Amino acid sequence: MFSTVLFYILSVILLFSSLMVIFSRKPVNSVLFLIVSFFAISGHYILLNAQFLAVVNIIVYAGAIMVLFLFTVMLLNLNKETEPRKPAMFKVISVITGCLLAITFIGALKGIDNTPHNFSDNSIGLIKNLGKVLFKEYLIPFELTSLLFLASIVGTLMIGKKE
Amino acid sequence: MDTIITSLQGISIQSYVWLCSILFTIGVVGVLIRRNAIVVFMSIEMMLNSVNLLLAAFSVYRNDPSGQVFVFFIMVVAAAEVAVGLALLVMIYRNTQTIDINFLNKLKW
Amino acid sequence: MVSMANGLNILLLLILLFPLTGFIISGVFGKSLSKLFVGIMASTVVFIPFLFSIIIATNVSQHSISLNLFEWIHFNNFSIPFNLFADSLTALMLLIVTGIGFLIHVYSIGYMKHDEGFNRFFAYMNLFVFFMLMLVISSNYLVMFIGWEGVGLCSYLLIGFWFKDHANNNAAKKAFIMNRIGDLGFLLALFLIFTTYNSLEFSNVFDGAAKLTTNGSTMFWITLLLFIGATGKSAQIPLYTWLPDAMAGPTPVSALIHAATMVTAGIYMIARSSILFVLAPDVLSIISIVGIFTALLAATIAIFQNDIKKVLAYSTISQLGYMFAALGAGAFTGAMFHLTTHAFFKALLFLAAGSVIHALSGEQDITKMGGLSKKLKITSLVFLMGTIAISGIPPFSGFFSKDEILSSLYEKNPLLWILGIAGALMTAFYMFRLYFLVFKGTYRGDDETAKHIHESPKVMTIPLIVLAILSIVGGMLGLPEWLGTQHFLHNYLAPVFKVSSQIMIRNNLPFSEEILLIIISVVGVLIAIICSWFIYLKRYKGTETKTPAFFRIFEAKYWMDEIYEFLFVKPVLWLSDTFYRIIELKWIDGLVNNIGVMVVRTGNWIKYIQNGYIEFYVYMMVLGIIALFIINIIIR
Repeated sequence: MFSTVLFYILSVILLFSSLMVIFSRKPVNSVLFLIVSFFAISGHYILLNAQFLAVVNIIVYAGAIMVLFLFTVMLLNLNKETEPRKPAMFKVISVITGCLLAITFIGALKGIDNTPHNFSDNSIGLIKNLGKVLFKEYLIPFELTSLLFLASIVGTLMIGKKE
Repeated sequence: MDTIITSLQGISIQSYVWLCSILFTIGVVGVLIRRNAIVVFMSIEMMLNSVNLLLAAFSVYRNDPSGQVFVFFIMVVAAAEVAVGLALLVMIYRNTQTIDINFLNKLKW
Repeated sequence: MVSMANGLNILLLLILLFPLTGFIISGVFGKSLSKLFVGIMASTVVFIPFLFSIIIATNVSQHSISLNLFEWIHFNNFSIPFNLFADSLTALMLLIVTGIGFLIHVYSIGYMKHDEGFNRFFAYMNLFVFFMLMLVISSNYLVMFIGWEGVGLCSYLLIGFWFKDHANNNAAKKAFIMNRIGDLGFLLALFLIFTTYNSLEFSNVFDGAAKLTTNGSTMFWITLLLFIGATGKSAQIPLYTWLPDAMAGPTPVSALIHAATMVTAGIYMIARSSILFVLAPDVLSIISIVGIFTALLAATIAIFQNDIKKVLAYSTISQLGYMFAALGAGAFTGAMFHLTTHAFFKALLFLAAGSVIHALSGEQDITKMGGLSKKLKITSLVFLMGTIAISGIPPFSGFFSKDEILSSLYEKNPLLWILGIAGALMTAFYMFRLYFLVFKGTYRGDDETAKHIHESPKVMTIPLIVLAILSIVGGMLGLPEWLGTQHFLHNYLAPVFKVSSQIMIRNNLPFSEEILLIIISVVGVLIAIICSWFIYLKRYKGTETKTPAFFRIFEAKYWMDEIYEFLFVKPVLWLSDTFYRIIELKWIDGLVNNIGVMVVRTGNWIKYIQNGYIEFYVYMMVLGIIALFIINIIIR
């Protein structure tokens, strides 16, 4: 019961901050609200006992990626009040489309069983167990991600050079 | 911790589905509405995160660790993509002095 | 008749192969061969079949020869083998085609000597001989039809030989198209024959007909359609107007194709199918009437023609009309006899005319000729021989054959005989007119050509002399019985017409009546000659006299060409022009072009989707995803 309340609180925080991400005028505000939402998501992960993911989420997403965003915004001084007024109709249409999308998703995923879950044996989120799975069955993809990072590093450097 | 965990009953998977769908939709709306490239990127990150959450929820509810491993890999890819994307953004800013995505409309008829 | 299967039947195949080889050699290698070689080779490949024909002719009087080449069309129980066959009728035609063909080939070596298309000419001539031979030695109607079409093709090629002049091309087209109209009749007859007798072989068809079980109306239509085919090929009413125009070709072509061989194909075909025709007496009457009227019509036109070759062309039409009239009266042998003698003297007349044209450097208008007998002695002499032969003066060959025809006409219907006599008198009249105007009197042409008048070289005059001798003595083939001798041709061809002469009984005229008819015809001819001499030699006023109004209709050839032009040619041309302008250009081209235009326009309209704005693209993508989801939900 307590967890249910926790769930709803976290969800409210999450949704609110997401809405503020897209509706705030200044980009810096958007970044900050996104960080808040990441924290909320990490809270959800902890609720699910996915401890590893919760921590990784904070370190990688909130700690690295968002910092990168902030760097870019600050360095390029992009904090100006952005776009001129667009015709409001586009916004309305977009929002309506978005709601349509949401309804479609929910409708698509409707028939899933509604039984509450028994969380007594809930240990797959622990680092030990997850590590075992990661390094046994998913070893090759794990190694390949290092190649992926190599490619992205090289790509970033190539693109970002001042020529 | 254990008390919190063991009393996690009453939240069906449907709730998570609803939550993540709405989050995803917010991300999509963000991409459609905003013209600032930075905000667009952030909306994309939000979409990815919603999917992450849903995957993790499913993996817990089905007792299958593959879901969480997949989330891990999605995070990896998201990190790499952000790096490259921001580098591109910086490049564009250097060339056009703006990050309004409407300025990049040369690939047309 | 018993068929012999000894070595003679291979001759049938060889007869076909020699001219075909000649065509292939001249046709394929013509550009690099010398004229002398081609001329000699082309004549040889016609001479050797002539020798073979002599061998065959001496061997088929009692038996026929046949040769099966291969199984051509075979379909369930529908079988048409490719067979060759020779009996006495075939042998006669073989001798005519190869013999006269050989003489004309030799003549052409001299006549076409200065022409640059010399090799092409001989290639076409050999091809023609090949097809004509195939026509006469076929043993079923379909192989005959191949030859029938083939000679039509060669006629087209040879009439339009000097193709750079468009008038020649038009004449060739006219000949071919009119031939084709007749061929439609021939084809329909073939279909009918096949459905009635289930075979196209002569032996099967004739045996089936001899059982006398065929429906009278079927036989009527078969024979009528065959006759329509013959009118196209042999230039009878109404399909004769192509023959005078065909004179646009070289003179040897006119001699070979349009006098001696191709135009006789129709007569050969009807003679071959004699059994079918005697079983349809109505069609025989139609044939006689059409034949005799053609003869008269052509004779009246010929009197007023001023081109030497056109006079001979109309004369050919007229003589062919006589042959058809004889066929209609049941005198198959008489028609074949006249075909033979006509081949001799008409080829002679054409070649002599060619000699005259050659001497006058291409002049063909007889109003510009005259008095040529002094300088062209041999030509003038042989031309006179031919003229006497065609007029029917004894003892030349034309007299015997024409007399046989006239007496058979009298026996069928005295009215036909009167028309026949009228035609014969006109024949004598205009032929001697031609002779007098060309060779006698005073020269009316210009002096420039007069300087170059010379007799033709020996290679041209020797065939003329040979043909003249044949025209004189050819009558011996068919000396009538009242002279006490055997009618050679009649006996020779008797086995072919045995069955048909049993079905159609013809009475012989009593001796006294026949002598009376002969005397009337000979006296009439002599009077006609004297009239002609009077008008055209003694009191010839020259060319400035205008024809009196009554004769204008003959001079205008009854306006037949104009009538055909109005009735048939113009509507077809209008139809084809309409099809071209409206259906082809507007509809079909329009349809195809408009599809392209439509694609371009659609593209022009759709291209605005790609406006470069990322938001728009993303928005479309989202809409697409929603649509896919909804479709997925609906399907499930």
